[in-house]
Amino acid sequence: MTGNPDFTLTIDQNKYLPEGGQEVHAIVTVEASGVPAAGAVRSTSAAEVIIIDTSGSMDYPRTKMSAAIRAAQTAVDSLRDGVAFAVVSGSARARMVYPAGEQLVPANPQTRQEAKAALERVRPAGGTAIGAWLGLADRLFAAHQEGIRHAILLTDGKNQHESPEQLDAVLQSCVGHFVCDCRGVGTDWEVAELRKVASAMLGSVDIVASPNDLVADFRAMTEAAMGKAVADVALRVWTPQAARLRFVKQVTPSVEDLTGKRVDAGPRAGDYPIGAWGAESRDYHICVEVPPGMIGQELRAAWVKLVLPGTGGEEQVLATGNVLAEWTDDEAQSTRINPKVAHFTGQAELAEAIQEGLAARKSGDVDTATARLGRAVKLAHESGNDAIAGLLDKVVDVDDHATGTVRLKKNVDKADEMSLDTRSSKTVRTRKGGA
Amino acid sequence: MAATTEERACPVCDLPVYPDEDYCEACGHRLDAPVPRCPGCGGTAISDGYCEQCGLRQPDGTDHVELEIPGAAGVSDRGLRHSRNEDAMALAATTDGVAGVVCDGVSSSTRPEDASRVAADTGAAALAELRAAGQDPESATRTAAARAAEAVARLGGGDGDDTQPTEPPSCTYVSALVHGDSVTVGWIGDSRAYWLPESGEGAQLTEDDSWAGQMIASGALTEEEAERHPNAHVITAWLGADATDVEPHVRTLTPDTPGVLLVCSDGLWNYFPDPARLAAAAPAAASEPLEAARTLTRLANEAGGRDNITVVVIPLRPHTPPPAPPTQEPSR
Repeated sequence: MTGNPDFTLTIDQNKYLPEGGQEVHAIVTVEASGVPAAGAVRSTSAAEVIIIDTSGSMDYPRTKMSAAIRAAQTAVDSLRDGVAFAVVSGSARARMVYPAGEQLVPANPQTRQEAKAALERVRPAGGTAIGAWLGLADRLFAAHQEGIRHAILLTDGKNQHESPEQLDAVLQSCVGHFVCDCRGVGTDWEVAELRKVASAMLGSVDIVASPNDLVADFRAMTEAAMGKAVADVALRVWTPQAARLRFVKQVTPSVEDLTGKRVDAGPRAGDYPIGAWGAESRDYHICVEVPPGMIGQELRAAWVKLVLPGTGGEEQVLATGNVLAEWTDDEAQSTRINPKVAHFTGQAELAEAIQEGLAARKSGDVDTATARLGRAVKLAHESGNDAIAGLLDKVVDVDDHATGTVRLKKNVDKADEMSLDTRSSKTVRTRKGGA
Repeated sequence: MAATTEERACPVCDLPVYPDEDYCEACGHRLDAPVPRCPGCGGTAISDGYCEQCGLRQPDGTDHVELEIPGAAGVSDRGLRHSRNEDAMALAATTDGVAGVVCDGVSSSTRPEDASRVAADTGAAALAELRAAGQDPESATRTAAARAAEAVARLGGGDGDDTQPTEPPSCTYVSALVHGDSVTVGWIGDSRAYWLPESGEGAQLTEDDSWAGQMIASGALTEEEAERHPNAHVITAWLGADATDVEPHVRTLTPDTPGVLLVCSDGLWNYFPDPARLAAAAPAAASEPLEAARTLTRLANEAGGRDNITVVVIPLRPHTPPPAPPTQEPSR
């Protein structure tokens, strides 16, 4: 098969362990290059479903519904010719906005025009049942399981008209069928709920506090989806007998724990889905516990392969790398900390500290909230994560960045708090020469 | 047909083999040879040098190497504390003697084993070629070292990136070129050559390009003081893409007694720096050079084997008969 991007896989680690050492950490960087420009004609097929919330609350304020319609129209305009697409409206049930029947149609000037006209006729009414919306999208994608499958889901409220169990069941049945980027507009939706959907569907989650920003955001999401050249990439991790794979985490562009997404792939190996790829680079943190070895022994602690399922079950290995362990009695070697491992360990802790701090703040536990958010301020400052540092500044008054001495702000804008929560897992790469 | 061909499968790659075949067509395994087994778990599935069962890196053939040509022998050994042998050696016959090269890969560099391998091979081949072309021993020694340095530099840069640069493949270099009754040594780094005469006092022919070596040479510290310093073995010259002005030290010796020339990496001399101790450990080195190299390697391993050990032994027997031993002086 031709036309795939060129993938490289590099491993950053300190392989040296002290006598008796068992824990091996490594950062795996996957980079795809050689992807044709987003506007160029592609052989890769693509399918896009745009889901917008049309529950009654979208009418309060009125600008929300009209902004969502304009955003969806912009997304339709950003689809390149030939992409199979549909627009879905969501309330307590899911309805087709365009086309009328439950199917995808190829984008062309006429279908784009018809879809935009159909969007003009959307009227808000009813409740919110995100699982039902995803269920319809899943049926639409069923006939398009080759190539890129991407959905955008916009909501403004909590998932009130179905139980969490219903939503979980739908997520379970949709996993791997398409990638879904989720957006919450306004401040009445639930961060944890939307994050759960995005995580399961290998997509991003973000807040669009002001309806005015929806158009730009939808355009960016659609363009990113159109830039993908290959879908369903997996990270296959082999570990030796008697070793335990403690975790596999995506660490850029955001922290996502993939450990639970393992699908067994032969003896001692498991596949971790990493979705669709355009020209981009992401990092993964792998931690393996190996049985202790003798000084001077070298072990392959993990064999990492980038795997692409091919048509007809013929899978391709795009790149490979070794995570090693070598036992030494040279302390200078075994105590050296790999700067990338240290940096991303800090970024993962940063996300955790923010989420725990905000949860404590919500439940009125001021001491825990102050301590955790203070820790987050310190970590954001040290690692140069300026975006998060800026969001933290709106929730706490910082006395000292370096020590993380903070006071909780009395009055915090709901949107600021939700922005911090939603974006807590966004990471930065090691600063050049830093960390 | 399937039934007959699949009656036998290659024990290494598991592909079918025909009854009259001696070697597996797919992987080249000799079918009557024992199947290589992982020294860690006994597994037979090996991929890219690692066991597919327990992950252990498999011995790659450099763990213990012995070389012997007429007039020279050498042993190179992984030692006990390193996972691979990053030392290398090469021997070559020349028009009027032999040439031996020992190189020690710098552990902190990328692929040090490649650096030492290419440097030793290039150096020994160049010495033989240049002597055949009539070049004098000292300039042949310089040219050979320069060629080895170029070959290592061509291995390129490190594998790291901007945030985490790694050193390019690097190694030390020491050559010994026997020509007639003389020997010319050339070196860069801290691998050494010793002259161990059959009788009389031996000598270290090289001066280490190391922090300790510099301190001792400048008289700033005594050998004992310098060796105790944590920087003692930090080398100050090496072969590699990041090395500037690689210029070997060259020295020629024309001994007047028989003896052996010992060329070695620090895996040996860290334990036995003293020429008298080295000579005493291998008294029959002149007649049994390979045996002497084995003995010295074994002693280094018994002393701890902390580093890779490489020992080359070249017997030297001057054609001009040594002066008659002094007649016993009457005791006073």
